[in-house]
Amino acid sequence: MSNDLVKIEVDGKEVEAKKGQMVIEVTDRIGAYIPRFCYHEKLSIAANCRMCLVEVEKAPKPLPACATPVMEGMKVFTRSPAAIAAQKATMEFLLINHPLDCPICDQGGECELQDLALGYGRDISRYNERKRVVKDKDIGPLVSTDMTRCIHCTRCVRFGEEVTGLQELGTTERGENMKIGTYIEKSLDHELSANIIDLCPVGALNNKPYRYSARAWEMAQRATVSPHDCVGSNMYAHVLRGRVKRIVPRENESINETWLSDRDRFSYEGIYSADRLLTPRLKLDGEWQDISWDDALQKLASVLKAVAGEKVGVLASPGSTVEEFHLLSRLADHIGTTNLDHRIRQRDFSDQVNDPLQPWLGCSIEDVEKAGAILIVGSNVRKEAPIIAHRLRKASLSGSNVNVVNHAEYDYYFSLDQHIHGAGLVEQLAGIAVAAAGNNLPVSVANICDGVRPTAAQTAIAKSLSDAESALVVTGLIAARHKASSVVRALSAVIADATGAKFGSLSESANSAGAHLAGLLPHRGRGGALRKNVGLSAAEIPGAKLDALLLFGIEPDVDLSGSGNPVDELEAQKFVAAFTPFASESLLRSADLMLPIGTFAETSGTFINCESRWQSFSGVANPVGEARPGWKVLRVLGNLIGADGFDYATSEEIRDEFAAALGEIAPDNRYSGTRSLSLLDDVDSAAEQQDVPMYQVDSVVRRARALQLTPEAKRAAGNVS
Amino acid sequence: MSKLRSYIRTFTLWELWQGLGVTFVNFFKPPVTLNYPEEKAPQSPRFRGLHALRRYPNGEERCIACKLCEAVCPALAITIESDVGEDGTRRTTRYDIDLFKCIYCGFCEEACPVDAIVETRIHEYHMEAPGENIMTKDKLLAIGDKYDAMISADKAADAKYR
Repeated sequence: MSNDLVKIEVDGKEVEAKKGQMVIEVTDRIGAYIPRFCYHEKLSIAANCRMCLVEVEKAPKPLPACATPVMEGMKVFTRSPAAIAAQKATMEFLLINHPLDCPICDQGGECELQDLALGYGRDISRYNERKRVVKDKDIGPLVSTDMTRCIHCTRCVRFGEEVTGLQELGTTERGENMKIGTYIEKSLDHELSANIIDLCPVGALNNKPYRYSARAWEMAQRATVSPHDCVGSNMYAHVLRGRVKRIVPRENESINETWLSDRDRFSYEGIYSADRLLTPRLKLDGEWQDISWDDALQKLASVLKAVAGEKVGVLASPGSTVEEFHLLSRLADHIGTTNLDHRIRQRDFSDQVNDPLQPWLGCSIEDVEKAGAILIVGSNVRKEAPIIAHRLRKASLSGSNVNVVNHAEYDYYFSLDQHIHGAGLVEQLAGIAVAAAGNNLPVSVANICDGVRPTAAQTAIAKSLSDAESALVVTGLIAARHKASSVVRALSAVIADATGAKFGSLSESANSAGAHLAGLLPHRGRGGALRKNVGLSAAEIPGAKLDALLLFGIEPDVDLSGSGNPVDELEAQKFVAAFTPFASESLLRSADLMLPIGTFAETSGTFINCESRWQSFSGVANPVGEARPGWKVLRVLGNLIGADGFDYATSEEIRDEFAAALGEIAPDNRYSGTRSLSLLDDVDSAAEQQDVPMYQVDSVVRRARALQLTPEAKRAAGNVS
Repeated sequence: MSKLRSYIRTFTLWELWQGLGVTFVNFFKPPVTLNYPEEKAPQSPRFRGLHALRRYPNGEERCIACKLCEAVCPALAITIESDVGEDGTRRTTRYDIDLFKCIYCGFCEEACPVDAIVETRIHEYHMEAPGENIMTKDKLLAIGDKYDAMISADKAADAKYR
């Protein structure tokens, strides 16, 4: 689009517009509203609803504002009698086949057609013939369909073509017989597909788990942040009488734009799962008994006071808030232990001193799509961080070189320049490193790259990275869980260094960065200060002989990836106190004390996402049962064991104290290890890699009913449908 | 002069006689009071008394849980919870009217797109225990079933004015 400006006149007001812009973009900018259904900022122009007809001087007929480019001296009238007559006529046609079922339609109250019908519809219909009826489709557990209501704006179709890259919905037949559907009956299977719920201007595509359970006008809209991936998508929780009824995206152009992944949208169902822990519970002689908060905390405090400091362990979920991490790390300081960790799925801790202070994407999320060449290392990125995958797709569409190195083949729905899979990550990366750095390999990886001959594909990746103006190397979660993740990281860093690319990584869950900064690590304290005596890592803690172990938001059977069976190991521990929202089977077996804490919706806090952005949110829903926000529980516990300065009144106080203690920390991914790394046999094979299924990443998602019914979840569970 | 007139009126008890005159005239008029509850005043079919939830003749609940009555209620007396019903339709799982909050304005009846919630002519009811002021869905449906004939007749009588 050229930057030449033209002058046009809208409703008698002179406006400057860029050449080639559509009229509707100009009117939207100046706030002159034109009704529309099919036009959407993020989608291509279809101009098939005809609702945005406006009068243009010297044009014989009204023109659709969404598909009419501006021209010098054009005079547009959006509210002239001719424009309004055209819009009213369009509305009359749209309403011919639209059913009058607003009272039972979930879109009622937030429906674009309903709103515009109020402004442009006739009081009484002139149409007396039969209305069209279309059979509903079953497109999976997330989106409900009432296809009779469809007005054929094709936003959902264009979304599939243009945004996800997986065309799931399409149109068949034409004219009045036109239908939207999947053609062959199947479930929607893309991790962003539920965004068609928001795109649909009428009630044809709706939120299935939410179906018929509330009305748009009676819910309170409260801002929150997604806890399931490192992106930290902004979202609104819609809350009715203290209960989350649904989640919708909150627009943030620099993070999630207007989209939201299905995992973030539907995970709220897990909050109200049947196995929520409602009261504190204590195991006495093998029997679980409900006890009061007072007794529970007193019990825990007396245990912590009685044991030796270094015999205490702390394991926290990386999805906890910054405030909780800060208090946990302060508690550990007071107790005198360094056995604390949050890297629950990491398996290689050998080179942890050379890890960055905090995991970081290497650039802002927005800049991902501007990178000229990108190398993804060990990542099923669509499932790990759907929003990042969407940015990568945009980069690919705008001509970037996107390359992937993985142990297995995954679908990406955008064009990849090089897609290497099937061989070990280290083996492949060594080839690329040799191709990129030639003989200047640093000592850390020289040993591993010894004798490696790069293949054509590896050389092509190295070349595209060094040729591009701004290149990016990103390691994913499969790389982070690799049994030689230190080698993978070192090699990736060498590649980035040699090609002049930015280097970044995706991180586990919403707040890995916060946990790193708060010092939830055995080798580093707050702000990354190296500890004198390095404690036990997440892999060692479950099997170690400890006197007391605190689990924060962890389900041992699925969250921990140690060498042995973590549930058995924990059962053998002397005393395990679990801060948990859910009374899961594995905790009932392995814990001795369970304290109910709130999920992300019931606590206030802060997440630090992969671009190092701090996002604070407040609690949106009432805690279930006697559950309390984690930071409040830790605050009281701190006071009971006699730690100083645990008199916080709000989570903001904790955050501010933490931020002040940190000072200025700039994220930095440079690799400065000088030790020569080596690789054990076998760890690089594809069978050794861990890809945690998308809908198994944390305890809330695992309990989200609708998500567990999706084809994605069924495939992960081994039941291919 | 007016002072003198005032004195005369005061001492002749003029206003008392005037009042007694009204009494005397009414001795010979027919009485307007009724011996309630033996005798009852006529009611309009639009009388707004106790609420009821109606059914279709085939026994299906009319209410579709659109929550318009809840939204329009100026006293916030109505509480509704809804879900997908057994047959896949939109149904209430809870429909409570707090009679202590209700101001009997009839807006709920006006808002209802399917004539499910109505205010009947019943105005003689009482509560004995705390909590009885909450009319639950079951109670409302029972009233609707019991007085169906009366409600239908009232609706029919009023239909031509709607």
